Amino acid sequence: MSLFDKFQTQAQLRADLQASGARPFGAVTEKLFSATEGIVNGQRVILAGTNNYLGLSLDPDCIAAAQQALQEQGTGTTGSRMASGTFAGHIALEQELAAFFDKRNAIVFSTGYAATMGMGSTLAGRGDVILLDADSHASIYDGVRLGGAEVIRFKHNDAADLEKRMRRLGERAANTLIIVEGIYSMFGDQAPLAAIVDVKRKYGGYLMVDEAHSLGIVGTNGRGMAEQAGVEGDTDFIVGTFSKSLGSIGGYCVSNHGQLEDIRHAIRAYIFTASSSPAVIASTRTALRLIRQRPELRTQLWNNAEHLHSGLKSLGMRVSPEVGPVVAVIFEDRQEAIDSWKQLMQHGVSVNLVVPPASPDTNSLLRCSVSAAHSSEQIDKIIAAYAALPSNSHSLAN
Amino acid sequence: MTDFNTYRIFIVDVLQPFAKQGAPINDDTQLVAELGLSSLQVMELIEKIEDHFDISIPLNMLPDMNTVQEMAQQLAELAAS
Repeated sequence: MSLFDKFQTQAQLRADLQASGARPFGAVTEKLFSATEGIVNGQRVILAGTNNYLGLSLDPDCIAAAQQALQEQGTGTTGSRMASGTFAGHIALEQELAAFFDKRNAIVFSTGYAATMGMGSTLAGRGDVILLDADSHASIYDGVRLGGAEVIRFKHNDAADLEKRMRRLGERAANTLIIVEGIYSMFGDQAPLAAIVDVKRKYGGYLMVDEAHSLGIVGTNGRGMAEQAGVEGDTDFIVGTFSKSLGSIGGYCVSNHGQLEDIRHAIRAYIFTASSSPAVIASTRTALRLIRQRPELRTQLWNNAEHLHSGLKSLGMRVSPEVGPVVAVIFEDRQEAIDSWKQLMQHGVSVNLVVPPASPDTNSLLRCSVSAAHSSEQIDKIIAAYAALPSNSHSLAN
Repeated sequence: MTDFNTYRIFIVDVLQPFAKQGAPINDDTQLVAELGLSSLQVMELIEKIEDHFDISIPLNMLPDMNTVQEMAQQLAELAAS
């Protein structure tokens, strides 16, 4: 058996895509006209799959801050946070994140993947137990596998199943790390955090919430689902990314546990990688300030999400169950999803194609992420592009 | 405490729909290589076992559960631990 035999699944998918003439994975963005419009794979399209929820990647203030940092501090730090890569901006961002989340401690990571993977792999190790939602992001799965803790899944968004599993753990439940996401990336559905916290209060344990798709999206102050659900005091660790609502790249963990400073020195994904460039840190700090100063962006995002979700649903398509920043249309047949992705591109709309095993089940998805920067006319055009798909694409209509 | 044979009987029963024609499920039947279970189907099998026996099966054990016998053995050891 060759080293390469195990990549047959990927080879088959690539062949299928080539035969279809579609290039959904690694589609090339060649030019941007705005946060919501550009040229992708040679076609002018509305960008409807960027996770640029608040449109801040092209905000003039964020760009100006990045330009100034670039001019004054150069293109990169060339070092790990533990060596020469901690600049004043990294410390300032950690202080600002802690203040924003009303927590005592914060760590800034170079990517969101490093934040969730690093925390998951470090917090719980051999002899410890992790209970994680079955639909958790790959970075969480990768992290907990690395750490060596006993890893148990509970059914997606099912607090009763979580409780059952906590009960089975007996005395070990009190030291168990529960990991969930605030809003899930594939369907945009929200975690039942209040019910999950009720379980934690009953059995003990620690709770880590990944707010990757909820920071700046929900909560009175935009702090995410823990704020929205009123359970920030029961949330031991909040992790997340800068690469969605904050429009840059990087990740974070905030916590009231003073031990976070000790944990920092044990996270290999933090120690053995270069720190974020000064320009990235500067734009992220500005974007964090804008989340506080411009709550109207959240309002606009939710208006657009409602507009898109109801529009697609009215077409008779099977749409993700909740209105949220992610709106996915579900296809039973992978090839039909591939063909539909290509047709949407031809109609000037770029979305994400998600196929098994990346999708939560055996279905494929055409996944939109809504932005506050989308105009109402653009949302109408996205809906019209879906409406133009062949009628057999509606096979899974409710 | 649930023993090896109880787990074995239940696993064989749950796997029946996946049996290839003329090849009954036995101790040596391989879940993925032989029956062609996808990762999603393996997780559904795990959930059925968990619900039926009121246990939680750590994901860490999955790499050592390639056959019916290995799975029943691992579960019996889990029950004894």
